[in-house]
Amino acid sequence: MEHLVQFYAIYGSLINFIGLNALLALSLNVTLAAGMLSLGNAAFAALGAYTAGILTVHYHLPFIPAIAAGAILPGLAAVVLGLPVLRLKGVFLAMATLAFGEVVRIAAVNLEITGGAEGLTGIPNVTNVWMIYLALALAAYFVAVLRRSQLGWGLLSIREDETAAACLGIPIFRYKLLAFVIGAMLAGLAGALYAHLNYLITPRDYGFFIAVDLLIYNIVGGTRAWYGPVMGAALLTALPEILRGIGVAAGPIRMGVNGLILLLVILFLPNGLASLINRPRAVTATPEASGQRA
Amino acid sequence: MLEVDGLTVCYGPIEALREISFGVTQGTVVSLVGPNGAGKTTALNAISGLLPATQGRIIFQGRDITRMSSHQRVAAGIVQVPEGRLVLAGMSVHENLELGGYCRPRKEIATGIAQMESRFPILAERRHMLAGTLSGGEQQMLAIARGLMARPKLLLLDEPSLGLAPLMVQLIFEIISELQSGGQTILLVEQNARQAMAVSSHAYVMESGRIVLHGEARQLMADPVLIDSYLGGPSERSKDKQ
Repeated sequence: MEHLVQFYAIYGSLINFIGLNALLALSLNVTLAAGMLSLGNAAFAALGAYTAGILTVHYHLPFIPAIAAGAILPGLAAVVLGLPVLRLKGVFLAMATLAFGEVVRIAAVNLEITGGAEGLTGIPNVTNVWMIYLALALAAYFVAVLRRSQLGWGLLSIREDETAAACLGIPIFRYKLLAFVIGAMLAGLAGALYAHLNYLITPRDYGFFIAVDLLIYNIVGGTRAWYGPVMGAALLTALPEILRGIGVAAGPIRMGVNGLILLLVILFLPNGLASLINRPRAVTATPEASGQRA
Repeated sequence: MLEVDGLTVCYGPIEALREISFGVTQGTVVSLVGPNGAGKTTALNAISGLLPATQGRIIFQGRDITRMSSHQRVAAGIVQVPEGRLVLAGMSVHENLELGGYCRPRKEIATGIAQMESRFPILAERRHMLAGTLSGGEQQMLAIARGLMARPKLLLLDEPSLGLAPLMVQLIFEIISELQSGGQTILLVEQNARQAMAVSSHAYVMESGRIVLHGEARQLMADPVLIDSYLGGPSERSKDKQ
């Protein structure tokens, strides 16, 4: 017990951030499941963080309703943003969501209620490690169930081929919007928890680099199952600490090491770290395929 | 069963289809033939709802479906097998078939798959393989089987023989005639006009977004002047291909 307490005292904030980043990575995973490349999830997290923070700081709302609002408002924003933007595909969608991220950041810098460039301060520190991991567990369970549902299969076939999916009778636009909204709500939840962990939320907390990080978590971890983004987020969040442990100063070379890991994963594990655990497709497909070749 | 009335479809300012009208009777195979860029696929996509109609009406079983979305049309019984097959390459053959029955109740899917696997035994053999690893002909069979999984009242086939080996082409046309004898209504789009007409009762010849000729397939086939002037390729060449 003593060891555990000591361990948490040293690595507590790392453990919290692994949980929050995993939750954010999962939020993007839902969007990616339909093949939508969104760079807006960091902005949805910012929206959730500010919403929840403003509600507790300025309106003295209790924690739980504030957190709920922090998930719901980004969801509504995703509907408004998604209606026009989800007609775009690939990089164009990425550009549009990126622009949304900038809008959120600039709004946060210039509005009074968000505290401007210095950020929103004095947020009560209510978030606990168990809350983060409870939220993560629920989100992971939700994503796992979602993937096996009618909606999940629909999203998967939209990712494979939108025209084919339309021919199967899948309501493409509705499903894409739904996935986008679910992703935004999960991101908002993570942001709201973060705000109540960190006392403070600033416009820089969920900028462009975070948006890209979320994508990297998914690519490194693998997008095909819920544990992929969780593994990716855990590895890359813990990486600076691991590097420090083995005597490498993390700061400046962190991006370089991230890039190297990304490169290695893309080259050798195209389906991400998750494929180390479970390779159902490769296993079932190989015997017959190799039999054919022989 | 299907009535298309004055259908116009535009891509931006370009009219791809100009007020075409045609019909498909229940239980028959009707083909739309014509050269590249004639608007055949556009017509099919407008009927399945992948493309919006600019003008005109599409009536299916007495219902005006012109403004329906594509998934509602699938539920209504219009299922398209798209050009280029478009199997879900990263999924197994079995999963492709399951998804074909997307709009059907879950308990019917297993029996549907069993039916498809007995009709196309090769799909049973390839059950667990990724659809993208199948040969072109196998993919086309999978695409047709996937379309049939939805129990279509009207099956739209877009260039099913495209890019296939001659033996496979023959097999695909055999499948089409078999489906027809089983009572399946089919609207077929083909560049391989001669073979398409051989399995059709009616045919419409398209050129530059219009229907320039139509009639009973047998009569059109017996008129080599028309075939040669509109579809090119003297009859010997297509015989050689077989």
